[in-house]
Amino acid sequence: MNDMRIVERDVSTAEIKINARDVNVHYGTSHALKNVDIEILNNNVTAFIGPSGCGKSTFLRCLNRMNDTIPSAKVSGLIALDGEDIYDSKVDPVQLRAKVGMVFQKPNPFPKSIYDNVAYGPRIHGLTRSKAELDQVVETSLKKAALWNEVKDRLHSPGTGLSGGQQQRLCIARAVATSPEVLLMDEPCSALDPIATAQVEELIDELRNQFAVVIVTHSMQQAARVSQKTAFFHLGNLVEYGETGQIFTNPRDPRTESYISGKIG
Amino acid sequence: MTDISASPAGKSKGSSLLELDSRTRRRNAAERRFQIYGIVAIAIALAALLMLLVSIFSGGSSAFRQTFATFDMTLPAEQLDPEGNRDPAEMARVTTIGYQNVLRAGLVAAVRDAGIVPDGVADADITGILSPEAAADLRNRVLANPDLIGTTVDIDALVHGRIDGYFKGRVTMESAVRDANITPERLQIAEAMVENGLMSTRFNWGFVTKPDASDQRPEAAGLGVALLGSLYMMLVVLVLAVPIGVAASIYLEEFAPKNRFTDVIEVNISNLAAVPSIVFGILGLAIFINFAHLPQSAPIVGGLVLTLMTVPTIIISTRASLRAVPPSIRDAALGVGASRMQSVFHHVLPLAMPGILTGTIIGLAQALGETAPLLLIGMVAFVRDYPDAPPEGLFDPASALPVQVYNWTQRADPAFVERASGAIIVLLAFLLVMNAIAIILRRRFERRW
Repeated sequence: MNDMRIVERDVSTAEIKINARDVNVHYGTSHALKNVDIEILNNNVTAFIGPSGCGKSTFLRCLNRMNDTIPSAKVSGLIALDGEDIYDSKVDPVQLRAKVGMVFQKPNPFPKSIYDNVAYGPRIHGLTRSKAELDQVVETSLKKAALWNEVKDRLHSPGTGLSGGQQQRLCIARAVATSPEVLLMDEPCSALDPIATAQVEELIDELRNQFAVVIVTHSMQQAARVSQKTAFFHLGNLVEYGETGQIFTNPRDPRTESYISGKIG
Repeated sequence: MTDISASPAGKSKGSSLLELDSRTRRRNAAERRFQIYGIVAIAIALAALLMLLVSIFSGGSSAFRQTFATFDMTLPAEQLDPEGNRDPAEMARVTTIGYQNVLRAGLVAAVRDAGIVPDGVADADITGILSPEAAADLRNRVLANPDLIGTTVDIDALVHGRIDGYFKGRVTMESAVRDANITPERLQIAEAMVENGLMSTRFNWGFVTKPDASDQRPEAAGLGVALLGSLYMMLVVLVLAVPIGVAASIYLEEFAPKNRFTDVIEVNISNLAAVPSIVFGILGLAIFINFAHLPQSAPIVGGLVLTLMTVPTIIISTRASLRAVPPSIRDAALGVGASRMQSVFHHVLPLAMPGILTGTIIGLAQALGETAPLLLIGMVAFVRDYPDAPPEGLFDPASALPVQVYNWTQRADPAFVERASGAIIVLLAFLLVMNAIAIILRRRFERRW
């Protein structure tokens, strides 16, 4: 907690990456997310915490329009990435998702080789011109995901043969390979053991140098460890959003305090 | 925690673990009973399969063997090529009757030379053992190769179906007495010829390659046209039903909006799979033949009708296997910015491939064995000419394996019963080959996730 002031200073200099205003999400008749206003800063890790079903994953999936795949989901309000409305009718979600990468709760590598897993994004987006360039992207992505040393000798063995923690880092490498501007992570450590969790957390901290990272987590310790900003969701409302240190030490809303101290959720 | 470990073992609740209580006994008994039901069910199924195979193979394996009379004779030029210039067009004027006389004379000479018949036996009894088809075979052979005329050739003549039946146990001396087509004397001559090496029963490729033959000559009937017809129809079904079925199910499963209209389509596809096949036959007759004026008895029409029948099966199984692909794979693909089409074709479809192949093969196997719709579109016709090579051959008349079986079981001569069983063996072999291909393909596509 001593370095909290450094973190605070860091936050104040960052620019706004995603600006959400009055976001509402309905799944059929249920109102999953109510009037959410939030500003997500570049080069910061923003953690979404809250009890199950509070809408934090729903909001995360709004940020790269993954909710489009759910027919009953209806999103209203404004979500702007660098000032551009991502729900504008001119926006192709495919292009958006190349900019806003996502890592899922359960490691979900493709049933292909490690190399093909990482190379898939650059290939479909045509990011590289030659095989050598692609090799380079795969290598740097795996290095960013701290997986290179473990897999460099077996790049062509199946990605599904890796351990759970390695698979999750492979998924991170796959998301990083398209050089996104924002990385969304939906409980990336919930299926991992403590050692793998520590590796992924370390990785998240390094990744924020290159892009904005948004992480949904059930572990408040994790939120406290990795994030600079924390948002607390409860029953579809964004209850409180602020610097992580402030949220955990001096929450303004009584609901936040109850949740952090374990009284609700 | 400490309470539990402190309590003496086995006496905590007053019951011993070493004795089963009545509830556990009942549950175990129910489980054992259920296992017995299962074993009985499997045993019944296996017994039925065994009976089926035994009856087919005992009745049909003899269809692959045929009795031939083998002897040498010189082909007389003056009778077979009266003009003497070996021109096939002129030689074709000599009809099968001409060849029959030559062949009969040759056989009589060969048999009398061997000295196996008493002098009193009439020539008619010797020549009566030949099949009417034998002369036609000889004529085809000579017309294909006119240089044979005037030389001494080995003759391999089909013998009469009753003689063949005698060596296969279908005809006996007693039954021959009452049979207008055969006499005991001829059977005795045949037996003597076998002893002298003039007649033998051996494997008969003709059963698989030759076309069907008329009621009077079961010994010449073969499956050639039916096999080609079935093969052509399978090609048509494969080329049409698989792309249509797979494309339709991908669209319905991955792209189509879920609304009342697609619900109606879905229900109708399921219903279509349950429609009796003869209804498809009527549909094919009305649309493809009466309206589109496609030729009757043609594999293209049969293939189209069977395609209509197979598509629902393929759609249902393809959709099931697409649904079985874990949604996390779709999320992963969409998450790195793949379009929906890319996620389907790069990731979902390869994972669903084994299931799709299984459904496709089940559909094709059904189509291969289907008889009823083919009867309605005229595939039951008697066809002796081979269809041409595809694509033109698809419009030539042909038969189909199951229809040939149906056809042969209706004929009077018991020799056709044997041939029908033999045709079923060929049909089963066809199915086995298709299933084997499917299994090989599945192995190749199968991946774990």
